Amino acid sequence: MKKLIGIAAATGAMLLALTGCATSGDAAAEGPKPLDELVVGFAQVGAESGWRTANTKDIQASFEEAGIELKFSDAQQKQENQIKAIRSYIQQQVDVIAFSPVVETGWDAVLNEAKAAGIPVVLTDRAVDSQDDSLYVSFLGSDFVEEGEKAGQWVLDEYADASEPVQIIQLEGTTGAAPAIDRAEGFAEVISANPNLEVVASQTGDFTRAGGKQVTEALLKSNPDVDLIYAHNDDMGLGAIEAIEAAGLEPGVDIKIVTVDAVKDGMQALADGKINFIVECSPLLGAQLVDIVKQINDGETPEKRIITEETTFTQEEAIEALPARQY
Amino acid sequence: MSALAKMASSRLFWPVVMLLVLFAINLVAFPGFFEITVRDGQLFGSLIDILRNGAPTLIIAVGMTLVIATRGIDLSVGAVAAISGAVACSIILGSPDPGSLATVAVAVTVALLISLVLGVWNGFLVAVLGIQPIIATLILMTAGRGVAMLITEGQILTVNSPPFKFLGSGFWLGVPIAVIIAAVVFGLAALLTRRTALGMFIESVGINPEASRQAGVRARGLLFAVYTFCALCAAIAGLILTANTAAADANNTGLFIELDAILAVVIGGTSLAGGRYSLVGTLVGALVIQTLVTTVYTVGIPPIATMVFKAAVVTIVCLLQSPTTAEALSGFRRRLAVRSGKGVAAS
Repeated sequence: MKKLIGIAAATGAMLLALTGCATSGDAAAEGPKPLDELVVGFAQVGAESGWRTANTKDIQASFEEAGIELKFSDAQQKQENQIKAIRSYIQQQVDVIAFSPVVETGWDAVLNEAKAAGIPVVLTDRAVDSQDDSLYVSFLGSDFVEEGEKAGQWVLDEYADASEPVQIIQLEGTTGAAPAIDRAEGFAEVISANPNLEVVASQTGDFTRAGGKQVTEALLKSNPDVDLIYAHNDDMGLGAIEAIEAAGLEPGVDIKIVTVDAVKDGMQALADGKINFIVECSPLLGAQLVDIVKQINDGETPEKRIITEETTFTQEEAIEALPARQY
Repeated sequence: MSALAKMASSRLFWPVVMLLVLFAINLVAFPGFFEITVRDGQLFGSLIDILRNGAPTLIIAVGMTLVIATRGIDLSVGAVAAISGAVACSIILGSPDPGSLATVAVAVTVALLISLVLGVWNGFLVAVLGIQPIIATLILMTAGRGVAMLITEGQILTVNSPPFKFLGSGFWLGVPIAVIIAAVVFGLAALLTRRTALGMFIESVGINPEASRQAGVRARGLLFAVYTFCALCAAIAGLILTANTAAADANNTGLFIELDAILAVVIGGTSLAGGRYSLVGTLVGALVIQTLVTTVYTVGIPPIATMVFKAAVVTIVCLLQSPTTAEALSGFRRRLAVRSGKGVAAS
């Protein structure tokens, strides 16, 4: 019995390999298609946040601008919907499939189907957890550690001349979430260069305004001499502003604030001088995704890991950037 | 001595002890814990924060106490809170003059009216259709957050309206508005159910619905009333939570607050099996929960361990309150008393 299964598996694998060869051979023979004949299938997570909505709009706009047809589906935060969408793209024989995986695991089967059909897959914004990294061509998304490092670098520069200890409060994201872990790691790494910079308290505010406010309220009382607050996202930073104002202090002046994200409300607070520095975590992946699709079409191999082009904002830059901010 | 023993046998004894222990831990970690100063004409201090941040939980827990006393439960309070916040914010955002008192009054009134409808819906499912409360309210718990998402279109609605913000972070005579609202809700509930026969009716329905019906208590009307009141409490809490940050976040406003509220009721000594309830117990329970949150921050418990710490405290309170533990403790005390009595006799 075991032998039989083994044979069946081996035959299956051979068949897969054969079809894989055949299709990629075809593509090479055809050469690059004209852009208006390309079809890309995109399976979005859903519309759960302002960030995500901006992400969707940007991708749709970028493909329209490039003249490439985009088939779009919304999975409403459900993996089964996303798998269905990907299967339908495989049946329609689109040229490239792109998607933001709802969860990290459980993609091997459907991605193998795409591979067997010779359709390259691009991951956007979120990664999949799979042993086999040949299942996707490229992963386009933010580097959360780098975001933490950028925030840390600003703090390091800001307090380069400080001779006294600088007290820092860190508002962490949801415990265990990848952005929370990585943003803390990058930040800690960079500020360790200056022994005067000390994180006196670090608590989770769950990425929400209410959480950020409540934690800051309590921590301001037990650490009244705090100089700076580092929040893992804008919303917690906005909550911290409320708490600082309630304590009769001036946010951005008495206590400096550094955050990550650069959503509109955060940028407004930065422009108003209540936040001092924001590291961008951009949902605008559209242009880079179009580039990857073009590369694949031209027969090139895009890089396995592409990091979103992201910038940082000071207060002056925020005032300039704010009117054109889409999200 | 007998006064002390009486106190120890009270249902409120252990929750109060736990509250005092938490206060003591805070005082050790942060010596200025009990300090209350007046800053810009407003009371300012850790205790004030606990009262203010605990206000929404307390308000919901008051409504929950009455629901639980009828042998019911309301899981939908968090969703109702999110809906009321979303409704109020979208009305304020949609009006030409977001800062005017009239706009805010309309927004708050509409939000509260909608919560009444939601409460009547829960009451209808439980009292008329006879669906088990946990299932009946589960419907609105899951669907409600979706409704709130629809209202906000999945975005966080930020409003710039001073009168609305006043609800969450304003002060009156130095006292936070949220605390005043909580006090009014608590006082009203206590007055209505304890100064009239209403409380007794609620308890009787919880102890034995059939017997109370035969005794002439109109259970159906009572159930409608408690679920509607609970939804109203949830909406008030939702408005305070939303006003606190001046932003309606359909995903997170009042998330898991139903569990905190139920926990507050249980810590306060009201049984989930219905019947006798204690509003003062609920007050102590809500304070224990909020103090616990503050303790985590002041003591600096790492976020990874926070849940375990909270669970440990809640477990201790529940263990101390359980009838078996109480039995064992009183048995231990009796033996001690007997032994010391013998000792006296022998000497």
